[in-house]
Amino acid sequence: MQKLGEFKLPHFFNYPPYFTLQPVRDTREKQVQLWKDLILDYCRTQKVFVIGLEEEFPLFSNPIIGRSLTHEAREAFLSALVADGRAEWMDKGHRKCLILWHRIQEWAEILVQFARDNGLEDGVVTMEEIRFGTESQGTELQGIDQTILNRALKILEQKGKLVVFKGTSTDDEGVKFSL
Amino acid sequence: MSGNFLPPVQLTASGRPVLQRNEVECFYLSSVDLISEDEPTNIPFPNLKSGLLILTSHRLLWISDSSSSESTGAFAVPLAAISHIFSHKKSIKSMFASPRIRFQLSLTPDGRVSGHGLRSVVATIVLRGKGDCDAFLAKFWENWRTRAWEDDGPAPGSSSNSGSAPASSGIYSSDGTVRMVGVAGILRKEQEMWESTDKSLQDAFQDLNALMSKAKEMVMLAEKMRQKLLSGSTSQTNASNDEEMGTKEEMQDWLLSVGIISPVTKESAGAMYHQQLSRQLADFVKVPLERAGGMVNLIDIYCLFNRARGTELISPDDLLQACFLWEKFDVPVVLRKFDSGVMVIQNKSHSDEEVFTKIKVLVMKPDALRAGISASDAARTLGVAPAMAKEHLLSAESKGLLCRDISPDGFRFYINLFTEIDRDDLHLVKDHGIYATWVRANHAPQ
Repeated sequence: MQKLGEFKLPHFFNYPPYFTLQPVRDTREKQVQLWKDLILDYCRTQKVFVIGLEEEFPLFSNPIIGRSLTHEAREAFLSALVADGRAEWMDKGHRKCLILWHRIQEWAEILVQFARDNGLEDGVVTMEEIRFGTESQGTELQGIDQTILNRALKILEQKGKLVVFKGTSTDDEGVKFSL
Repeated sequence: MSGNFLPPVQLTASGRPVLQRNEVECFYLSSVDLISEDEPTNIPFPNLKSGLLILTSHRLLWISDSSSSESTGAFAVPLAAISHIFSHKKSIKSMFASPRIRFQLSLTPDGRVSGHGLRSVVATIVLRGKGDCDAFLAKFWENWRTRAWEDDGPAPGSSSNSGSAPASSGIYSSDGTVRMVGVAGILRKEQEMWESTDKSLQDAFQDLNALMSKAKEMVMLAEKMRQKLLSGSTSQTNASNDEEMGTKEEMQDWLLSVGIISPVTKESAGAMYHQQLSRQLADFVKVPLERAGGMVNLIDIYCLFNRARGTELISPDDLLQACFLWEKFDVPVVLRKFDSGVMVIQNKSHSDEEVFTKIKVLVMKPDALRAGISASDAARTLGVAPAMAKEHLLSAESKGLLCRDISPDGFRFYINLFTEIDRDDLHLVKDHGIYATWVRANHAPQ
């Protein structure tokens, strides 16, 4: 089985037409679908939150068959993710894409669960701890992208589930839950 | 004595013979003897040596050469008096001797040359000069046969063979008409001919002018009809217009019969020209179609057809019109336009399904599973031109049979696997099926 790092690649990753944007509508739909799923799978398992279109993203090339996705193709597949609410463009030029294998809402729920799991219903915790602390190790929160975390926290803040406070520096940013 | 035998020829001051009315000179021979080789009888045929022989439409004129002292004078043999001309027999003897032409003259009882005589004598023309004997003989025959003298009415002084003919000098003859004398006569004749031609041309042109003005009316009438036809056909017909349609068709037929091509070509069955062209084209394409495996590019047909025609080349638009008309006839060929815009002519019997089956077989071969197929590969298998093969591949792709692969290696096609892949389990490969076959082909040791 072919691997990309730790990630197990499916057989069709070696199918050359997979890397050519298909013009026929039905075929294109299927192709897009497969790419969306593959991107999300990969990002989830490899904890990739941002894809830069002009950077080397390993999933977009297959050296074994000598094929790579064109810029047009990459943009097409990522746009499809954006349309699904599974990604967001970070800039107008569509150069960077924020991948949301969990939607923001889902992240919010994960945070709430995290708080509950760790007895933090009324507790305070720093951003750093959420992202890299011992409690988050092994969980999905480990290594979460700052932007995504902020967005999730904001939603919860609006619901009154927590309060975000800034410390003297970014390292001191923290959260007070009130679940 | 010889004066009585052969009628004399009147000469002008410069020695030119005076010709009779309508007499035309035809041939000249110099250094000619005019003698009779018959046994000497009491026929006093003159012995004319070394003179100029002039063949005219009416007579044979012999004019003595002024440098010759043997014979003098000028005499004529009326062609009317000749009863026979002998053919020129070539023999060894004649090759070394001067050519001779013999003819039979009829004579009156008292020895005068005449057309109605009972007696005859054979005369001989001896050509001692450089003249072309055969050409002369041919002309001699011709003139004798033509009997131009019979066309003339009685003319003053033409049959007189005595020396008392009226004075021949001066341009006017005794009855006041201008004499057709010599070169001046020829010129005058020409002039009169031109004048009469001119007059008849002018008359003809009068008629032509009348015709032209009529033609203008005809053109205006045709134009009116044309407008009527066009306006009637654009406003779409309903039931109540059926009658009108009938007469419109009649009008169209009438226009066609006078050779005007109908302006309503798209809606009608088409002008006669296009109909005929269409049928001709359908016949013509049979052979190229067969050779090309059932499908030929329209541009290729255009070239082939025009080349075959040689002249009367057709325009690309004519070709298109001819192809469109095939819908209306029962011909075994059709014009087909691919999504890419390429237009081809193919047999009606052509089955896309058959082609797709062939393509599927080709694309499932191990080599094709590993590396796909190109248009050239398909061309070889299908027996068609690569451009046609590409159209077939694109067709198959649009049907979901194939997928394209564009890379620095080129433009290739593979069997469509996307339909086989399970969305919910990206890693699943069913045991049987195209996907499994493909996986095997790609993982087998090379």
